[in-house]
Amino acid sequence: MTHRCLVSVGILTALTVVLSVTTIPVAGQAPSPAAKTNGTAAKKAYTPARTPDGQPDLQGFWTNSTYTPLERPKNVTKELYTPEEAAAAERAAAAREEEQTQPGTVADVHYDLTQFGLDRSQNTLARNLRTGLIVDSPDGRLPPVTAEGQKRAAEVAAARKRMGEPTDAAQNMNLGDRCIMMANTAPMLPMGYMSTYQIVQAPGYVMILSERMHDFRVIPLDGRPHLPSNVRQWKGDSRGRWEGNTLVVETAGYNSKGPGVGDNSAAGLSFRGASEDMRLTEWFTRVDADTIHYRFTIDDPRTWTKPWTAEIPLAKDRIQGPLFEHACHEGNYSIGNMLRGARATEKKAAEAAAKKSQN
Amino acid sequence: MRNQFTGVMMITASLCLAVTTASGQAPAYRAPRTGDGKPNLNGIWQALNSAHWDVEAHNAAPGQILELGASNAVPGGPGVVEGEIPYKPEALAKKKENAANRLKLDPEIKCYLPGVPRATYMPYPFQIVQSQKHIMILHEFASAVRTIYMDDHKEAPADSWMGWSNGRWEGETLVVDTNGFLDSTWFDRAGNYHSDALHVIERFTARSPDTLMYEVTIEDPKVFARPWKMSMPLYRHVEKNAQLMEFRCVEFVEELLYGHLRKPSSK
Repeated sequence: MTHRCLVSVGILTALTVVLSVTTIPVAGQAPSPAAKTNGTAAKKAYTPARTPDGQPDLQGFWTNSTYTPLERPKNVTKELYTPEEAAAAERAAAAREEEQTQPGTVADVHYDLTQFGLDRSQNTLARNLRTGLIVDSPDGRLPPVTAEGQKRAAEVAAARKRMGEPTDAAQNMNLGDRCIMMANTAPMLPMGYMSTYQIVQAPGYVMILSERMHDFRVIPLDGRPHLPSNVRQWKGDSRGRWEGNTLVVETAGYNSKGPGVGDNSAAGLSFRGASEDMRLTEWFTRVDADTIHYRFTIDDPRTWTKPWTAEIPLAKDRIQGPLFEHACHEGNYSIGNMLRGARATEKKAAEAAAKKSQN
Repeated sequence: MRNQFTGVMMITASLCLAVTTASGQAPAYRAPRTGDGKPNLNGIWQALNSAHWDVEAHNAAPGQILELGASNAVPGGPGVVEGEIPYKPEALAKKKENAANRLKLDPEIKCYLPGVPRATYMPYPFQIVQSQKHIMILHEFASAVRTIYMDDHKEAPADSWMGWSNGRWEGETLVVDTNGFLDSTWFDRAGNYHSDALHVIERFTARSPDTLMYEVTIEDPKVFARPWKMSMPLYRHVEKNAQLMEFRCVEFVEELLYGHLRKPSSK
């Protein structure tokens, strides 16, 4: 429960990328119709309890922790696994995550997730049968990137290259290492660990707190307009409304630095490549006591040829319980240590070069 | 007769005292109720005083950044502390050292989580989102968050910057008991500080539709000779478009914290 930024979040990011791109071989796949289901939908309509002010009750501690990658693996051609295949895929991914690193190596010094109980298999998993979280495009992949999107991606990559190595300056590191943000807020994408949330409702508001970097959204339900378009925020600006038992949240007003655009290093975790004009729509529907059906659409004609949609359940978190303070920036010794290490290496190299030229 | 009169006077006096202590004002105000019948403290609130500079009474003073001139000068304040902060002698020396080295030491400057009660009276709004089980206090500054557990009271599982808060209702008043603090936060920009033995009891009481009374008792036997109190009103943001804005300040302090470790040839 106590998650501090012990070491580089980037290591975890990298680990997750590995897991995400690792394809799980499945025999006998057949294309399936583009059914908009995540395999967890309740059999019959569920009537959620109401809060004292009459909202459908979404409150509690939730997690969207999953081994399911955002995009369907390339060698998988169907939308849903059978329960047996899903269990096998989960076991394979968990085994990879639990794999002991080589003692005495850099990797070993950094993280043994199992030791700290941080690996996903030891915590609540939001299980589903999907082969990937994306439900539209029907092939489970992100849509093609527009010419403008490709140009922008190349420009971002070139700008990053001009900045130098990640260890040249704190600002060159990725947003997770810098404890600025990760892609778990709007939309709520699962992380390698600590994919935990708290929802609290009050008259006129729904509050969603992400444990990671204590990132919260207080979503007004009063139909107010978005902030003026010159106001740009990392997590945009969210407005909500109830449509029957479904909370619909629309978000706009992103800046150009968030996981959507500036931080391609969050690859595999992020909705990367989006422009600051991206619009996000999310749907939250409680489908049983232990599950919120979460679906989101990203519409960004400047980046993708069409909108795309993903689904992931939020499972009631009965293992981790109350969230704890993730004081990531306050405990961020990694940045200083990485920069000191790089400067020490440079100094050593310069001294060696000087010595060589003397000889 | 005389005894009866004295008795009535005493009862009246103690009633007045009780009301005054509970809400900092008389007569008592009864807040609108939430759906579950509790005083409704929902809203976006902010202190309007100079306690963030110094919780004790203080003179106006020049700022510490020459170039900012009057714009960063310290406004004077009558103080929000009852009397003086009862520092132990050795602890007072450290407070003075903190004040003298504020630019290097003040955790606010580094965008660190501000702790309690400092977060409440920083010059940023905070929002109360109140449910039966959990009352959230959500701060604009550094997106600092407190969850107040109303029915599932637990010991702090580990020390933290914002502490572990258990709450209860006492009539009109939300009483929040917080401990499990690290020793890393301050009370203000004047270097007033505490240890990891800090125990904070806060009382939030609506005193009118748009104001709360905020009363705090501070206990920390490692630093203070006895418990002490501060109090102040909090004001509701009544603007129609009031909302917490993003103040993700880590980015603003990276050069300050890590600039000296940059590769010299990088800019």
